[in-house]
Amino acid sequence: MAHPCPRRGGGGGTGDLALVTNVASFGRSGLADFVLQRVSAVVVGLYALCLLGFFVTAAPVDHAALADFFESLPMRVFTTLAVVSLAAHAWIGMWTIGTDYIRRHYFGAGHTVYLAIYLIVCIGLISVYVLWPLSVVWTVP
Amino acid sequence: MHPDRPVNLPLPRLAAAMPVTAVASILHRITGIVLFAGTLFLCYLLDLALTGEAGFAQAAAIIDAPPGALAAWAILTSLAYHVVAGVKHLLLDFHIGDSLQAGRIGSWLTLVLAAVAAVGLAIWLW
Repeated sequence: MAHPCPRRGGGGGTGDLALVTNVASFGRSGLADFVLQRVSAVVVGLYALCLLGFFVTAAPVDHAALADFFESLPMRVFTTLAVVSLAAHAWIGMWTIGTDYIRRHYFGAGHTVYLAIYLIVCIGLISVYVLWPLSVVWTVP
Repeated sequence: MHPDRPVNLPLPRLAAAMPVTAVASILHRITGIVLFAGTLFLCYLLDLALTGEAGFAQAAAIIDAPPGALAAWAILTSLAYHVVAGVKHLLLDFHIGDSLQAGRIGSWLTLVLAAVAAVGLAIWLW
């Protein structure tokens, strides 16, 4: 995230850590992740601006206005795009942070296990962040 | 060099080790983590607010109460910072403002813009 160039493939690790980090990177290549991180950031950023615009211009927002907004087809499609982009963006970011800090140097011999647990928790949360909003906006009556 | 040698706290060197560009960078990560956790709260609010008039009123009450307002403020301020820092990052990708001096100015600008957003959001939410 903080690096202005595509990051290294294996997170600087060797042996089994390199295996875990390579297998778990999003696009299996640093360049693919680099591009995906930026494209998804733009989509989520535009979505956030769109929501901000709605809440500022439609204020005061009541339930009917909110439901009308989110159940419209363009917003359903945009929300779908946004949550998929958020999933990719969050995974790449959390992967980068996890593989940067959950290393043998800080966590000792069991670091691979901790990293795996951390990544599984991230996958669980990201699944929720995709499925929950989708189930909400596509079923608004 | 002996590993147990006495050392003074190198305060000037600590300050040098954490220049404004480093502060801007680590805040980009921290706000990302805040957003990752906060999205759960946002999903809950969206679900609640779209579940009938009563649900909307309940969601509004949560944001009006101090803990909910503080959480909403922290999430939106983090979002503001993360977006501004992200735009700066995209500019850097195109080698715009990536000299040392421009990098420092960009980092300060990011911090100032996010601080303005933080104050603006506080006024909007309260």
